[in-house]
Amino acid sequence: MIQVRNLEKRYGTGSTVVHALRGVDLDVFPGEILMLMGPSGSGKTTLLSMLGCILQASSGSINIDGREIAGLPESRLPALRLSHFGFIFQGFNLFPALSARENVEIGLRLKGIGGGKARRQATDLLDRVGLGDKLDKIPADLSGGQKQRVAIARALAGDPPIILADEPTAALDSHSGTAVMEILASLARKKDRTVVIVTHDNRVLHYADRTVHIADGLIVDHTSQEQAA
Amino acid sequence: MSMLAWKNLFHDRVRLAVTLVGIVFSLVLIVVQFGLFLGFLDTSSNIVAYSGADLWTAAPGIPHVNGGTPLNESLRWKALQVPGVRKVTKFALTFVNWKLPAGSTESVQIAGYELGSGMGGPWNVVRGTESDLAAEDSVFIDELYAAKLGIRALGDSAEVTGRRARVSGFTHGIRSFTTAPYIFTSFKNAQNYARLAEDQTVYFLIRLDPGVNPEVVRSQLRQRLLNADIYTNEEMRRKTMFYWVFQTGAGVTTLMGAILSLIVGAVVVAQTIYSATIDHIREFGTLKAMGAANWVIYQVILLQAAISAVMGYSVAIVVGEFVSHSSQTGNAPINLPPWMAAATFCLALTMCMGASVLSIRKATQIDPAMVFRG
Repeated sequence: MIQVRNLEKRYGTGSTVVHALRGVDLDVFPGEILMLMGPSGSGKTTLLSMLGCILQASSGSINIDGREIAGLPESRLPALRLSHFGFIFQGFNLFPALSARENVEIGLRLKGIGGGKARRQATDLLDRVGLGDKLDKIPADLSGGQKQRVAIARALAGDPPIILADEPTAALDSHSGTAVMEILASLARKKDRTVVIVTHDNRVLHYADRTVHIADGLIVDHTSQEQAA
Repeated sequence: MSMLAWKNLFHDRVRLAVTLVGIVFSLVLIVVQFGLFLGFLDTSSNIVAYSGADLWTAAPGIPHVNGGTPLNESLRWKALQVPGVRKVTKFALTFVNWKLPAGSTESVQIAGYELGSGMGGPWNVVRGTESDLAAEDSVFIDELYAAKLGIRALGDSAEVTGRRARVSGFTHGIRSFTTAPYIFTSFKNAQNYARLAEDQTVYFLIRLDPGVNPEVVRSQLRQRLLNADIYTNEEMRRKTMFYWVFQTGAGVTTLMGAILSLIVGAVVVAQTIYSATIDHIREFGTLKAMGAANWVIYQVILLQAAISAVMGYSVAIVVGEFVSHSSQTGNAPINLPPWMAAATFCLALTMCMGASVLSIRKATQIDPAMVFRG
């Protein structure tokens, strides 16, 4: 479970200070799909980065599975990212020189899984996202939707409890976007993973258990699926 | 992570080619310039290095081996009385004029040695034998200078200080640092060509008994030969080399060129490796965001640099060997001894990995949040 309390992020100092987040409170539960929405510059990607230990908070608290991570020294964050999170990026961020399987293997190798085991697990993960026949293709030979599915398989490497996704469907057509969201929804429902998604894409909102609207660094609205219905 | 390093390098073949061209260019430049300098060092003192002598006796205060002045032969008998001295032979090395068959004149250095002594004679003899030098007008020249001296074949003649000099043999690759080639002949002939008196020589070359300490013998020789300087062969070689290389413009220019090539090479390699790494900066950002520790990124970058260095070196050393081999028939040899090939390998690794350290700094300072920016 993720618990965020009075989270703030400031850039700059004195008269040039910019408040990216101004005291955010948020709880995200296992098996839940939470969508963060809001206009550009509202602070949603900043919040996602801070949840994923990529960006450090200026003040406030982030508690993940009972462990306080705000204020931890920079040197301890990579290990936390590795053990707790899988990341999916808008631009896919695949390694262009590596095949689909090798891209997934990288995630496993970082977690200390190597050799034949990494190879087998990478193959399984790609099978799960429907790319069992594209194992040896490099990203340049894959469509946008296929690339994002490789990115999902990589994010799942090592079975992290939390998946953080930044605009995962933004670069995809509606068919590919739906396929990607089906995989993420299945992860949350069947594997009890926490999935936090930053999105502008109204087509995928119905996958959310809860939608949080952010504006000017503040949460301005919570909408649960029941309320939306 | 070695997989990522290898694949990153070979994925973009054009980028790899550009990187390798930069490294190869730099290494070849360095090899050629330093090889030229080594060639200069060897050429400047080869007559000493190949003399076969343990000690040299010379007139006091000579600046280098090519600047000797006459000594009296009587010193020879004094030298032979010193315990540990096995053999003392006369050696003349003097600048004289060589008149070509066509009438023009070239400056040459007559190297006259006592035949059969095993000291001061020519090496790399490719035509003729030492016994051919016994004839009164017989000389050996080097093939490299045959055209310059107007010689087309064995038996051709020229004139040295009014006396006939008939070419009865050729050597290969005996260069002179000056514009005056070495002409080997018997000591007796050299005395005539150089117009030395009957009782004069320019040097005494001394060979010692096996196992004796040259310093002890030299000390005793100094006590007996008051009007002469005694040098070990290595001292004479260094003295000569230092004079020609460092006290004349040519050697210093070559050395400066070598140092400059090292600087230019290092800069080119640094830029090449740096930009090759920066091309992958976003991937390193992704690795960091995924949770890779900095040492993982160091590993990838250093391995890429090491692979580039090995590949670049492999091509550069082949080119260097070719250039070196081709230069051996010219006036300016480019030497590439095995130790220099090994040193170049170490240099390539050091330069590439050193340059990658610059990019490591950049890569490890990446804000992993960059992965969320489009």
